[in-house]
Parts: sequence; structure tokens; C-alpha cells
Amino acid sequence: MDDLRIVIVGHVDHGKSTLIGRLLYDTGSLPDGKMEEVRQASEELGRGFEYAYILDNLREEREQGITIDTAQIFFRTERRNYIIIDAPGHVEFVKNMITGASQAEAAVLIVDAGEGMQEQTRRHAYILGLLGIKQVVVAVNKIDLVGYSRERFDEVKSTLSAFLATVGVEPEHVIPVSAKSGDNVTSRSQKTGWYTGPTVIEALDAFKPLPKPVEKPMRLPIQDVYVVDGRRIFAGRVESGVIRQGDEVTVLPDPRKTKVKSVESYLKTKIEAEAGESTGITTTDKLFIERGHVLCSGTLPKVSTSFNAKVFWMGKEPLKNGEKVTLKLATQETGCRLEIHKKINSSTLEAIGGETLGNNEAAEALVTTDAPIVYEDFHTTPELGRFVLQKDNDIVAGGIIT
Amino acid sequence: MDHLDALESRSIYVIREAYSQYKNIGLLWSVGKDSTTLLWLCRKAFFGKIPFPVIHIDTSYKFPEMYKFRDEKALEWGLKLEVARNEKALAEGMCPEKGRLECCTALKTQALKDYIAEHKLKALLLGIRRDEHGIRAKERYFSPRNEDFKWNYKDQPPELWDQYKSRSEEEQHIRVHPLLHWTELDVWEYVKRENIPVTGLYFAKEGKRYRSIGCVPCCKPVDSTASSIDEIIEELKTTKTGERSGRAQDKETAYMMQKLRSLGYM
Repeated sequence: MDDLRIVIVGHVDHGKSTLIGRLLYDTGSLPDGKMEEVRQASEELGRGFEYAYILDNLREEREQGITIDTAQIFFRTERRNYIIIDAPGHVEFVKNMITGASQAEAAVLIVDAGEGMQEQTRRHAYILGLLGIKQVVVAVNKIDLVGYSRERFDEVKSTLSAFLATVGVEPEHVIPVSAKSGDNVTSRSQKTGWYTGPTVIEALDAFKPLPKPVEKPMRLPIQDVYVVDGRRIFAGRVESGVIRQGDEVTVLPDPRKTKVKSVESYLKTKIEAEAGESTGITTTDKLFIERGHVLCSGTLPKVSTSFNAKVFWMGKEPLKNGEKVTLKLATQETGCRLEIHKKINSSTLEAIGGETLGNNEAAEALVTTDAPIVYEDFHTTPELGRFVLQKDNDIVAGGIIT
Repeated sequence: MDHLDALESRSIYVIREAYSQYKNIGLLWSVGKDSTTLLWLCRKAFFGKIPFPVIHIDTSYKFPEMYKFRDEKALEWGLKLEVARNEKALAEGMCPEKGRLECCTALKTQALKDYIAEHKLKALLLGIRRDEHGIRAKERYFSPRNEDFKWNYKDQPPELWDQYKSRSEEEQHIRVHPLLHWTELDVWEYVKRENIPVTGLYFAKEGKRYRSIGCVPCCKPVDSTASSIDEIIEELKTTKTGERSGRAQDKETAYMMQKLRSLGYM
């Protein structure tokens, strides 16, 4: 059985946590006593049964009826194991939504049938596009509250689909759902006879885990160097391709050639390590290699002190024009500055003016780094095409190289 | 790579990131299955030799089997074992009867605080998992604690693409959680595959076994006939009992775990 990580996104109060609560309940994934605890908590706070409380465990979340932080929860179907990532829909917690979404392979975008597309529906869709999440289904929730109306569903579907196309998201299905009463979540609803597509669970089961990039050229960013029994072991995770004993490799950014003497593994003998594997290697010569260097073979990646990128800012303080921040890409770290070419509102997608880049704003920018950076195009090799920016030791932005 | 290989590689990546950022780091070893698995992963990450201390927070109320297991393995694996106890509170007679919140806070949280202050630790590796408890489901891999040891769960740092938070000055230390993405079942399947030793408390005797172990007065065994790792794995595939259902401190009152964790509990 495989695993799939799915993020549930959408505007505040459109029903993300409720949908997850319903999925867990209907698939029998909750431990004994959980429903009782949720019933009691709902009663104490003077509410009807709240499926959302299954995930919203913080007292503040239950009292205010909103999700503050992202949570991950596990459940399984006959098809596979799921890791469901709940993301907050409130504008104040977009950084938590991004934290959740950056770990996902697929997404469910939820939209309220009555309210239709709202500010965070659009922003979250934009972020899915930016993060390169290609497998998306849309759940048009609270369909019971619009009398299971096909006309309303079609209206919401067509406005939303038009918007999604502009941010590069093509949903595989748009499903009429009531998370609260269970319509089309795990079982087909009798009340939406006009809908012939899959239920939410069928749509999830049809998604595919992302393949590991073993066929691509080998890239091994070095994390650290350990001296074990007098041998220097270069430790790191293979981000793409396969590294084998005896391989000729190039060390970047300052190109030098060396040969892999051994692939190290504790208590095991190994001769190769593939994409996704944390490993360690030794080399045949005494070349100086340190954290941030990247071992490569095949077509070499780019090395430069400037590149174009799309950046999403989530720092409390805005980025001032020309301000120095720290760039972290794989294990590389260096100072950098941004020259902003175009700035947009990440919800309305309208171009905006001004000298600074503020919370929840996105930009196309030229990034200039202090030291040369080894990178690739995000759409070819995401592992070396994405980065974060740090200011005063806090992550304040995510970016992709395009 | 299979499922367990992927879990292992991700954890090793996190462990190595932590050590690369913080040389003054320690591993919290409760002697339970999770932190023993974490210890095992650290041995793999550093090719056999863990370059930092392994800390046992000893409340003095642990099971005798746990003390025996701890001392045997520390010797066998060449660990730098450190035992941290709040001797002052113990001398004053702190025990669960004085209140579970008070007891956990004095004998675990305070003991850890004292140890960290004395040894100036900047980071701690812990074996908590998201599937253990709703509050833990919201944790980050790198989770800062401020000078008062508090977890600011309402304003956690973003984590993207395996890039983690660096320490800033006002923070007391960073908690690092390399097993966050594992489930209880994953841990047992890995224990089986790797042949990782665990204490006998996990195996059923007379129809009962411990699913989660800690202090004797606050742990209750669950009904079970699983007397081997294979049987535990089978049991977990079908059970609907929560893992920590035998742990009293989780449910003394609603939000007890949230309160404990926000005060610096593990």
C-alpha cells in the first residue's frame, strides 16, 4: 500500500475541518471515546455536534470555531494510507496554511455553495499553483443549505473554474458535498441525482503518489561532514537520481571532479543510494567538501549569483527595497537581495504598487546572492528549484525559481 | 525505497539538520519504544557513534524493567547517558497524589529545565509523533520554546520543504521532532524490521500489556493478548483504542495535554 499526503484548503468557515472529521468518522478511523469527547466539548461550548473538533484540539480553536494551526492526521482506505493535512482558512494564519500545503502531493479545495469563492479561496488556489500541486479536487460544500440546487452548483463551479485556470490549477473533479450530513463524502448522495462524478473518497483514491525522481541526473547536497574511524564521510540526502560506488561526480559550485569510493550505511553494506535516501559517501581523493556543496552527475545544474524567482512573503514585517535577507536552498545558505519587478495581491491577483513587500503579497523578482548558488528550474527539479528567505532567524518567505 | 525506508531517511535528514545547526544538543530518551527508535535512527545518522548526550528524565517512579533496560543498552551502545532528576522535589515528597499536573511539572518539566540550564543545551531531540495526540498533531519538526520554556502554539514558525527555523536569541531552546511523521504502527513495523530491542512491558501477560510506558502510578495496561511484535502489529491494524488511553496525565481535565505542553512538557 502506498501513502498519499493531501492538504485540505479553502476560506475560513467553508468546512475544511468538518470535511476531515467526516472522512475520519465515516471510514471508522477514530479511536473509541473520541466521538464522546467531541460531543461533550460541543455541548460545553453550547453547540451542536462539531465534526471540526476532531482536529481542532486547541481550546482557542474550539471556542472561536476556527482552525489556527495546521494539523496532520492519518487514515486509511482499502486503496492506501492517507496523511490528511488540515490548513487554516483565516487570513491571519496563511503561513500555517503554506506550512501544511508545502508537504502535500494533492489537495482538496473546499468552497461554500452559498458564499461561493471568497478571499482565501482565491489565495489558497494561488498558493497551490505556486507550490506546483497538480492534483486537485474541488468540494462545493454545504450543498444541503442551497437545497441541493444544481443551478447554484453550476454557478459556483463555473466562476471557480475560470479563476483556477488563471493560477494554473486544473481540478480533476468538482463535487457537490455536505460534510456535515455526509453527502458525497464517502457515500453517494440520493439528493444530488443530477451529479454523476465520484465521491470525495473515490476522487482521493484516484490520485497518484508523486514518483521519486530516480531517473533524473544525480544531485546530492551535502548536509555535514563526519569523521568516523579516521574516514571523512560526506552526509546528505540524494535529491534526484542515484549515486553509486565508483561514480565520477562533480562538486559544485566551484567545479571539481572526484570519484565515489564508498556509499556508507551503518550495519549494512551498500553500493548505491537513490533519490530520497539519506546517505553518506567517501571519495577517493582528499578534496575539500563542506555543507552547501552539491555533488552532481549527468547534465550539470546552473550555478549563478542571480536568478529570477516568484516569491511569497509571509513575514510580519515587510521586506524593504534592497534589504538584505538570508537565502536557504537545499543545504546552501547565503545573503541575498531582491529586485522586485512585479508585485501582486495574492488573492485578487491585481498588480500593486509600493516599495515594500508585505505579508501575503507575492512578487516576481530578480534575486542577487552574495555567494554563487547551485540551482535548477522548479518545474524540472523542484528539490533544487525552491528556497526560503530568512530574516532574524525566522522564515519570512518561500520562493520558486522559474 | 519502501515506506519504512522513506520514514527513516526523512528522520535522519532532520536529525542531521539539527546537529549541523546546534552542536550543544541532547537526545531525550524515555526508554520507551519511540525514543528508543529515535536513538536507533541517531546511531544510523552518525554511523554508530552518537556525538551528543542521551538524557533520561528520571522521576524515580519508572518501572524497574525500564531502569534495567536503560543501563544495559547504554553500556552496549556506548551512549553518553545522563540521568536528570529533580532531587529537591523528590526530597520534599512530590508524587502523583499531590496532583498529576503538579507532579509532571515538577519531576519532568522542572527536571528538564534544570538540566538544560546547567548544561546550556540549545536543542533537544524528542521522539513525539503527530498521531499520538491532537495537540502533537500541530507540532513542527523544529519547535522553539521561549525563555520561560513555553510553547507558543498560536504563532508557530513556518516550515517549508525541509527548511527549519534557526534559533533566535530570546529562545531558550529548540525542540526537534524527527519522528513527527511516523504512526504507532510504523514504529512497531520498524522495530521488527531493524530488530530494535524494547522492554518486555509492551508484551501481554495475563491478558494485559502496556501500549505506552512512563511512570508506574500513572500508566495502566490495556486489554490485549499480543505477546510478540508480530501480534502487536496485528492488533494495531484493527484496534480502536487510543495509544495513550492508559496515560492518566492526558485526561485529568479537558485540555490537560495542551496545558502541560504549553508549560514545556514533552
